[in-house]
Amino acid sequence: MPLALVDCTSFYCSCETMFRPGLWGKPVVVLSNNDGCVIARSPEAKALGVPMGAPEFQWRKRLRDWNVAVFSSNYELYGDMSARVMTVLRRFSTAMEAYSIDEAFLSLDGMTWAQLAACAREIRQTVRRWTGIPVGVGVGTTKLLAKLANRAAKQGDGVLVLDHDSPAGHDLINGWPTRELWGVAGRLAARLADLGILTAGSLRRASRSLIRQRFGVVGERLVLELNGVSCLELEEVEAPRQNLCGSRSFGRPVTELEELRQAVTVHVERAGEKLRGQGLAASAVCVFLLTNRHRPDLPQYNPQAGRELIVPTAFTPELMGECQRILSAIYRPGYRYVKAGVLCLGLVPVEEKQGSLFREVDPAQEEKQRRLMAAVDALNLHHGRNTVRMATAGFEQRWRMRQDRKSSCYTTCLAEVPVARVY
Amino acid sequence: MTDFDFPATVHPVASFPRLRVEVPLFDSRVAAGFPSPAEGYIQRPIDLNEFLIQNQPATFIVRAEGESMIHAPIQPDDFLVVDRSLSPQNGDVVLAVVDGEFTVKTLRIAKQRTWLQAENPAFPDLEISEEREGLVWGVVTGSFRRFAYARTRSD
Repeated sequence: MPLALVDCTSFYCSCETMFRPGLWGKPVVVLSNNDGCVIARSPEAKALGVPMGAPEFQWRKRLRDWNVAVFSSNYELYGDMSARVMTVLRRFSTAMEAYSIDEAFLSLDGMTWAQLAACAREIRQTVRRWTGIPVGVGVGTTKLLAKLANRAAKQGDGVLVLDHDSPAGHDLINGWPTRELWGVAGRLAARLADLGILTAGSLRRASRSLIRQRFGVVGERLVLELNGVSCLELEEVEAPRQNLCGSRSFGRPVTELEELRQAVTVHVERAGEKLRGQGLAASAVCVFLLTNRHRPDLPQYNPQAGRELIVPTAFTPELMGECQRILSAIYRPGYRYVKAGVLCLGLVPVEEKQGSLFREVDPAQEEKQRRLMAAVDALNLHHGRNTVRMATAGFEQRWRMRQDRKSSCYTTCLAEVPVARVY
Repeated sequence: MTDFDFPATVHPVASFPRLRVEVPLFDSRVAAGFPSPAEGYIQRPIDLNEFLIQNQPATFIVRAEGESMIHAPIQPDDFLVVDRSLSPQNGDVVLAVVDGEFTVKTLRIAKQRTWLQAENPAFPDLEISEEREGLVWGVVTGSFRRFAYARTRSD
């Protein structure tokens, strides 16, 4: 089953420069939520040697001296551009997994290797032309191979189709370091190295039973996937913890806003629980609705809209208020919806914000807040969204201070669209 | 910045706040044999997004500033709908990038030369050549505006 992994090149930077032609070909970086450190770099910024995670205050002088354009993160813009890219990608496949804000797996069943190469190039060209976002496309018969092909494509022209049984495929896999494999973290790579397994090629030829014995099912999957045996279905792998998505198809088509509201409520509650369980807070939320695309005879409507949060939060009532407002805005009657979902974007460790905002909070107080949250969740569920909105008061000024260099919401706010000089 | 009072709260991807007209459109066709009128004729509300946007993921909105396209007609502060999926052709109004800035002009392609034509005699055309590189960002497919007096009124 051939799969394509499509990923956006320097996604946040590409979103920022798209509406700023003066910055094309120039070094650009995007900062994390507090304007704390560099979380995205344009190829030109990478070439200058600005590392990922570079603390802004340490690099301020160099960034200025090198004329690097510095942006605060603008998740409203990135969320909208992501939705556009995903919408274009869905034209190429009926089965797609939006794996993160800037990556997606597409099933490309029933194509020959030559057709796959043509299709991969067309995907790249169409996304670039329609949305302005450059993407790389890697194709393989398993997710692991598609990911490998995608990474290898970055050294070439951005498109690579990996036939793992061809001589070229053998060469690529044989020369690929294990630590560069998807899902192989530093420690796993070190333990593989202890067995003399340093490349994807040697891992591919390793004894399955040995690998299984040492590394369990996860290790065995790597061997199988490298051999073209698909173990990771679409959607089976959890998204990286930058984003969190909760969605579920309905048992039957839904037409009423109130029913969608209930579905979104459940997703937000789960998202809140998951965030708190992992000690994370979300910087932005998105809500999306899908109609049945396998029924072209019915009217289709697949809206998605996002909203940046005043401060990153895992506080369910706040997430809920925002998501319900988005839902009200995107909902249109007259469609048969089959799925609703909630996306939490820009996840940050909750400790980071506690340092600045809640330093004085003692554990008992925190426990109270946690219990309050559970109680408000329940209240919100039964009494509607207005119950939860008071939580947003009071943080606005602080938030603004931390977003010094935020660009406009070029694509989602009419008052902030790009200006074209007509003179 | 405009003095528009668009809500800064939620910005749907697929629609502009307050741009949907919630006016039922009455179908003027008369079905013979059904003397009873309006019921059954109320259609979906007019949706300006549908009217202005053919290809949502490839469509962007920009605001015009300046008067060189006044006879297009594009007035200052008009919002322009830009579709990136269309191939630019001779005579299209395009959003172009010249010298690192966005500009809106009519694209003219002849045998030996390509230029961006102003639609106002007071403004010069922009020749696209080896010295001055130009790039079409997208094709302008429509425009919209609200009259100044309506922007502040709510009665």
